[in-house]
Amino acid sequence: MKRKESAKVLSQECLAPGIFSMWLEAGIADEAVPGQFVSLYSRDGSRLLPRPLSLCEIGEGRIRLVYRVAGAGTEEFSALQAGDAIEILGPLGNGFPLKEAEGKRVFLIGGGIGVPPMVETAKRILGEKILVMGYRDSQMFLKEELERTGSLFVATEDGSFGTRGNVLDAVRERGLSADLIFACGPAPMLRAVKTYAGEQGIPAWISMEERMACGIGACLACVCGSKEVDGHSHVKNKRICKDGPVFLAEEVEL
Amino acid sequence: MNLSVDIAGVTLKNPVMTASGTFGSGEEYSEFVDLNRLGAVVTKGVANIPWPGNPTPRVAETYGGMLNAIGLQNPGIDVFVRRDLPFLKQFDTKVVVNVCGRTTEDYVEVVERLSEEPADLLEINISCPNVKEGGIAFGQSAKAAEAITRAVKEKAGQPVIMKLSPNVTYIAEMARAVEAGGADAVSLINTLTGMKIDIHRRTFALANKTGGLSGPAVKPVAVRMVYQAAQAVKIPVIGMGGIRSAEDALEFILAGAAAVSVGTANFHNPYVTMEILDGIRAYMEQYGVSDVRELVGAVR
Repeated sequence: MKRKESAKVLSQECLAPGIFSMWLEAGIADEAVPGQFVSLYSRDGSRLLPRPLSLCEIGEGRIRLVYRVAGAGTEEFSALQAGDAIEILGPLGNGFPLKEAEGKRVFLIGGGIGVPPMVETAKRILGEKILVMGYRDSQMFLKEELERTGSLFVATEDGSFGTRGNVLDAVRERGLSADLIFACGPAPMLRAVKTYAGEQGIPAWISMEERMACGIGACLACVCGSKEVDGHSHVKNKRICKDGPVFLAEEVEL
Repeated sequence: MNLSVDIAGVTLKNPVMTASGTFGSGEEYSEFVDLNRLGAVVTKGVANIPWPGNPTPRVAETYGGMLNAIGLQNPGIDVFVRRDLPFLKQFDTKVVVNVCGRTTEDYVEVVERLSEEPADLLEINISCPNVKEGGIAFGQSAKAAEAITRAVKEKAGQPVIMKLSPNVTYIAEMARAVEAGGADAVSLINTLTGMKIDIHRRTFALANKTGGLSGPAVKPVAVRMVYQAAQAVKIPVIGMGGIRSAEDALEFILAGAAAVSVGTANFHNPYVTMEILDGIRAYMEQYGVSDVRELVGAVR
């Protein structure tokens, strides 16, 4: 069951310019699954809204968050040191449907700050998997962790490593194929993945992002358009925090 | 120690309620909060038919507050009556159904539909700044506010709370107008219309351009308006706007609020309503106050 707790910072590390990795000692680790997220609360009372961050790794009684400093809230988190405490709420949302991957060849596709959730996802998929990660440049955070889990293909926007271009450029250039896709990344990447999956006739599960407030499905801030009428408001709006963040691509609008 | 308060003949076990739109119909927060301990749950606004709401982004954080332009996404009265009301009736708390609409007919349709349902009170939202028609149009003219109050009252099976907008020149005039229209209580404040611009993207932070400002940043404005409304009318006033602690809630009560609603603070701390309730009790113990009603409007 999701809950708010005070988590203890175990370590904080800068992986690349603006990209930080923080291990937290947190009871929610025991229930969390890859693709879920946690909300972190600022200690500055002027910043009210929790920051949703995806789970990068889930250990015994601990979780790893790899996040980009995008504003004052995440900047505050990046200054936390081992021993500090931080309020977190989680585990939130639904993870990737790992059962769907059984007996299949799976693409794990991550782009930018969508790379982190692919680490734990990759660790838990024991069958055949192909990792395709997209970065801006050669600052390829989490590359070693990913390589440990399976064959990794990289695309960089500036061409400094791997395929020049995006993740789908890498898929095409390397002649890769799979039966199923799990993906997380910026909206343009997810749109391209959805189109690709449609062309290939394979299912794609994508993790969506939107500005959130409550994080638990009450406030209806973080909705995305859906193909079918949703179960909550009976319109065509799925709640990313509660119904997602992982959706079957064909079911949501991007 | 008595914490119970009376709103238009309905007894709330304590003065702590939720604010419409921040708490859904209670289900999501019931994982964190014992709904039985709340004075009342105020539901998210419900219309005659499902509303899809506004495009995203719908929220943006601001200093000490937030802007929202959800646009009253809701499942409509049929689903609400079938699913949400029965859920809430499992708990020993009062249910305040917030009603929204575009036209007088919309409001009246929802109110009529609820007249035989187990809702304890109705809160009529004539103050949402985020929908183009209805809502705010009724809340910014005393004449229109009085007229819609009268229309709703004619068909209502429950006591009616009119929720007022702070986006007006004279709040006392609006409170008196709905009182004249037959309102059983008033609640305020709804959000203040605001705007945030993303200087890096050179665009509006919200897809709707404008949104409603809530959170601690609006509290002094809200306390002032609650005070002025309480001075202007005889019907009970329900106070809200930036409450996130017992101290905040007590300011509203002392200014004249018979009960308070907690909204944005739920996003910051899902347990906040319980903490506020405990804090009010502690304050009463500290000052030897035996009945919370002694505090209502004690500062004049």
